[in-house]
Amino acid sequence: MGLSKLNSLYREVILDHSDHPHHKHALADSTSTITLKNPTCGDVINLDVKLDATDHIEDIGFTGDGCTISQSSASMMTDAVMGKSKEEALHMAKTFSDMVMGKEHPQADLDQLQDAAILSSIMQFPARIKCATLSWWALQRALMREEDQATKED
Amino acid sequence: MASNVTDFTQDFAILNQRVNDEPLTYLDNAATAQKPQQVIDALTHFYQHDNANVHRGVHTLAERATEQYEAARAKVQHFINAAEPAEVIFTKGATDGLNLVAGTYGEAHVQAGDEIVISIMEHHSNLIPWQQLALKKHATLKYIGLTADGELDLADAAQKITDKTKIVALTHASNVLGTITPLKQVAKLAHQHGAVIVGDGAQAAPHVKVDVQDLDVDFYAFSGHKMMGPTGIGALYGKRALLDATDPYQYGGEMIDFVNLYDSTWTELPWKFEAGTQNIAGAIGLGAAVDYLEAIGMDQVAAHEQHLVDYLLPKMLDLDYLEVYGPHNPAKHTGVIAFNIKGIHPHDVATALDMDGVAVRAGHHCAQPLMKKLHQVATARASFYLYNTQADADRLLNAIQEAKEFFSHGSVEAK
Ligand SMILES: Cc1ncc(COP(=O)(O)O)c(C=O)c1O
Repeated sequence: MGLSKLNSLYREVILDHSDHPHHKHALADSTSTITLKNPTCGDVINLDVKLDATDHIEDIGFTGDGCTISQSSASMMTDAVMGKSKEEALHMAKTFSDMVMGKEHPQADLDQLQDAAILSSIMQFPARIKCATLSWWALQRALMREEDQATKED
Repeated sequence: MASNVTDFTQDFAILNQRVNDEPLTYLDNAATAQKPQQVIDALTHFYQHDNANVHRGVHTLAERATEQYEAARAKVQHFINAAEPAEVIFTKGATDGLNLVAGTYGEAHVQAGDEIVISIMEHHSNLIPWQQLALKKHATLKYIGLTADGELDLADAAQKITDKTKIVALTHASNVLGTITPLKQVAKLAHQHGAVIVGDGAQAAPHVKVDVQDLDVDFYAFSGHKMMGPTGIGALYGKRALLDATDPYQYGGEMIDFVNLYDSTWTELPWKFEAGTQNIAGAIGLGAAVDYLEAIGMDQVAAHEQHLVDYLLPKMLDLDYLEVYGPHNPAKHTGVIAFNIKGIHPHDVATALDMDGVAVRAGHHCAQPLMKKLHQVATARASFYLYNTQADADRLLNAIQEAKEFFSHGSVEAK
């Protein structure tokens, strides 16, 4: 088979994102920050999220090292959730994890993921699913943590 | 440059398959080795004919199982040239053996202000037990560094080991750098300062002749699965005087002498350290792996791997887009070769290689402090064994070339 199968994973969009990742910087005024590690390879992502007064993602940025898949997934994730409400973003994270596990989803949900939907091809590379989901997990954790803090303050 | 060793692949049915429509090239032997038919047959035979618990029954099967279990111990004893079978304790593997030493001997002998000395190239399983022991006891953990070439720095070892040092723990062969360490010299240094030396033989026992008496190590741990034996079995060697003076690791059946209501006495070595029903079939399988390796001869095993490294390493070093870790002199390099394609993450490389049927590991190899030292988050690693051939080395080179081309023609930027 050789490397031809790789073309279905390393699509141009994915390579573009890993080559020139969007929102790859730390935020000075984040409302929630999280560092996650992919224990199998040591890849690290730091994610900063800034929610506005109405719980919408006003800004988001990430830093860290990783493979093509984890870097481009993080870039596409930040594009997709920018400006979304917390609930919408959590719903998208769920859609993404379901998608890479091969679960069916309404087309509208997938459309919402924008470029990130292209990573459904990761299903053919089970060993790499964690690379794709790392940034979405980080997003979930960052938003949930936000919730923890909010409830504590109540 | 044909190796004078016969082709062993016929003993390993698993190697005769296609992965992603390409012939499987298994180069992840440092993670775990494949098992020859002889080992698989030994396990099957035991379960089909002789299975019983050991040291417990007077019936015939119990007798047979006990005899085979103890025969396996004797095989391991000869394999590492221990003075007597009682110095060989069956464990789950290298990790288990190293934790046993830290949890018993270490627990009893390390006190506040003492030093434990290890090296920067340790696998986490010969690092964390000592790190945690040092934290618990308020002892100091010191690291022996590397030379520029990626070898253990003996001069630094002589500095770091002092009269305060109680334990020196050192890998015998690196699972990343592909070096054999001067364990014997470090053992001597340790003994000069009254410390004991613990060897991690996980990457050495499968590949080179180990003689624990010549090395003069006090403890030596290794895993069966990396030397063609089953998973879940390994051995810990310890000098009798030390083992005798050390309390048991776990309590339960099999390891007692007399049990009274309020105290107990322990049985003799090695069973004192083998509480509960052991991995009997695993031990017998490990014995079969020892038989297999000894029939070939460890010198032959090492020579075969050296042939492959002599052939492959210079070719890898010639590729200017490759970064190869550890010594560049093939004579100083075992069949473990860690590398990166510059600008391409090892995870991406490993996926590309897998599409060519080539199985390598990508990651931090459970050696995060070493990765930091190498300024890498992760590397790819190809590791060879007896059944690998020059054709496998060529397939690796070809797959590396293809991976490089694939990612260069995409828009992946060189970092
Ligand atoms: C140098 C070294 N030490 C210890 C170990 C741990 O071996 P195990 O996981 O079989 O206990 C390994 C295995 O990866 C190793 O390479």
